[in-house]
Amino acid sequence: MANHLFFPLLVPLLSAVLATLVGQRRVIARSIALAAVLFDLGYSIWLLFAVGATGRMVTQADDFAAPFGISLVADGLSAIMLTLTSIMMLVTVLYSFSTVSPYRERYYYYPLLLLLLFGCGGAFLTGDLFNLYVWFEVLLVASFGLITLGGERGQLEGGLKYVVLNLMGSTSFLIGAGLLYGVAGTLNMAHLAERLGTLQQPGIVTAVAGFFLFAYSSKAGLVPVFFWLPTSYHTPTVAVSALFSGLLTKVGIYALYRVFGTVFQRELERYGTLILVIAALTMVIGVMGAMAQVNVRRILSFHIISQVGYMIMGLGLVGVAGLAAGILYMVHHIVVKTALFMIGGTAEYLAGTGELKQMGGMARREPILAGLWLLASFSLAGLPPLSGFFGKLGLIQVGLDQGQWLMVGVAAVVSLFTLFSMLKIWNEVFWKRANVDQTAMPRASALLIAPSALLVALSIAIGFGASPVLRYSRYSAEQVFNTQSLVQDVCGPAGCDAVTSTANNQ
Amino acid sequence: MTFILSLVVGTLFAGAAYLMLRRSLVKLILGLVLLSHGTNLLLFLMGDGVVKGMPPFVDEATGVTPTVAADPLNQALILTAIVINFGFTAFILSLAYRTNQAVNSDDLDDMVETDRL
Amino acid sequence: MYESMILRTIARLMLPLLLLLSLFMVVRGHHLPGGGFVGGLLASAAIILQIVAFGPDYAREIIPVNYLRVAATGVGFAACWGLLALVQGQPFMAARWLDTPIPGIGKLGTPVMFDIGVYLTVIGVTTQLALVLAEEPTLYPLRRSPPPQTEPMAPEA
Repeated sequence: MANHLFFPLLVPLLSAVLATLVGQRRVIARSIALAAVLFDLGYSIWLLFAVGATGRMVTQADDFAAPFGISLVADGLSAIMLTLTSIMMLVTVLYSFSTVSPYRERYYYYPLLLLLLFGCGGAFLTGDLFNLYVWFEVLLVASFGLITLGGERGQLEGGLKYVVLNLMGSTSFLIGAGLLYGVAGTLNMAHLAERLGTLQQPGIVTAVAGFFLFAYSSKAGLVPVFFWLPTSYHTPTVAVSALFSGLLTKVGIYALYRVFGTVFQRELERYGTLILVIAALTMVIGVMGAMAQVNVRRILSFHIISQVGYMIMGLGLVGVAGLAAGILYMVHHIVVKTALFMIGGTAEYLAGTGELKQMGGMARREPILAGLWLLASFSLAGLPPLSGFFGKLGLIQVGLDQGQWLMVGVAAVVSLFTLFSMLKIWNEVFWKRANVDQTAMPRASALLIAPSALLVALSIAIGFGASPVLRYSRYSAEQVFNTQSLVQDVCGPAGCDAVTSTANNQ
Repeated sequence: MTFILSLVVGTLFAGAAYLMLRRSLVKLILGLVLLSHGTNLLLFLMGDGVVKGMPPFVDEATGVTPTVAADPLNQALILTAIVINFGFTAFILSLAYRTNQAVNSDDLDDMVETDRL
Repeated sequence: MYESMILRTIARLMLPLLLLLSLFMVVRGHHLPGGGFVGGLLASAAIILQIVAFGPDYAREIIPVNYLRVAATGVGFAACWGLLALVQGQPFMAARWLDTPIPGIGKLGTPVMFDIGVYLTVIGVTTQLALVLAEEPTLYPLRRSPPPQTEPMAPEA
């Protein structure tokens, strides 16, 4: 039993409690948050190597035997996501020190961040479908707090749409979980994977899988249900929207990978084409939406949607290779997107506005920031040798192998349009001469630039060290699809049904 | 019993859909509340059938396990969902209250500031 | 606040009764219907009744604590009792029980303590919600935007 799996959940929770209790003293709250995030980072990096060396780790909360209680399962995908979450959280906390107003910090900003970390950690580690719903709600409620913290008009309006549409997604998740429990009689993912393989009601399971597809799509911002994203992500403070851009939609993608890769394998084959169509539409509509926008963070918000399409393409190209490419792309995307939001947000913070028309001249004033922007945006568009190149290369290779010519074509064209959008921001924010007086504009401090520099360096490192990352994502994709070993790891060698039937006979 | 409850679930969902499609913010929230109630009832229906008055306990005197018993897991799921919905409803009501103060309107079509180019 | 003689008299009488009932619910909750959540709701109902009858200021006076801190303490308290098993090398939340039952209360163990944590959390969250909503009009008076001006603005010098 790997009881240490509780630590990345307990440490943020207890730190959030402590930080709430000392709420009014900023310095203490800051140090508590930083300490908790550093602990999580250290732990998750250790977990990354430990899982790579020994395989899945499992523990049962409350010491209940496997399919009865709640299992915590850490495999390669969980470890990757946990590590990325901790890195993003660390960068955000550092960035918050210099950008978040004292007023917001006093109103429990750091406890909310820690609760978000708690919720994400739980969502990545749980092996139980209903528990996954609960973790989703934990991280959602923390994100609700963060997105409306400050109470400006835009935040309230955007937050309202964010809340309502996400609640509908959650409800669909709950309905799906309830129906699945009615059909299969269990909610443990390993047990579900075992039972759904032999269940004689394929039609019902396919319909139930549709509920899950809708629920996770609305969390991930896929095409018919993405509207909450561009209307809300540019409203909170820069640190918050950078964190959300990297993390929150990706929790939805993670859930899609996990649930469709492990539990609904047969349904994944059935939905494969639909998922590819959604992926193509998401890419195209996201990138087209970005072209119409004239605000830095709104352009970037639309690009999140477009990029999420690539990750779904990895899932739609059913199989280990596709999923591995998707995971690699997700790793790249989380790092680069957060970096872009932070750089663009810093420019916005300095200029006091995010409207392209009123910005400019940033390349002369802040050359380091401009250089970072160029690197990050080239990485997003997929130029070698940056991380985005290998992400897209992997997806396109798998697509060509499977003969999905149309999909590959769309993916390639969309990345051209991405480059166009990034260059638009470059021209307007950094390159053109400013047409407003900028003498009073503050300079970027080292603390403002350091977090995004860290992320850009990470993106370059992923680009140059692509092969270990690729190997690891392949390893985790195999783990996601290998239900047999999952069942054995969670319920013991005889499988979950054996455990339940002995319990019935006693 | 199952049939009647299914009808109730359907009615709740229909009412929720109708209310959520209205333009008023308050009706939208009422629709969300109805939706969550319908979902809770759906979870209730999804156990091993609705069994009345059969708690899933071993008889203390005889030590016999009951052959027919109510499924306890549904109760746990519903309780969790109710608590979560309770928190969310409180949050969204106060959010709507603040939004109404800021926008000075109950009409969702007036809340387009963040969508305008 | 609702100025009614009947409501105020009853609210005054009900406060200790409801608080006692909530404690009873928590203690009885482990083997019989009840528990921390129900108990917490009953206790916060007692305080919310005071808000309705006497207003939020009075309700803060009768139990002068910061309810948000109560909630945070409750979460921490509940989580800490789960740690006990973790320290002993078992999964988080695995139950630990005292061998001998305490007369009048019954057997004590970590699940009971967890329930007390839940009790505190529910009291804190629910009461804080009600208090903030009740105090809102005085904390943030309604800021209506001014009526649109009909006459043109005077040109600035």
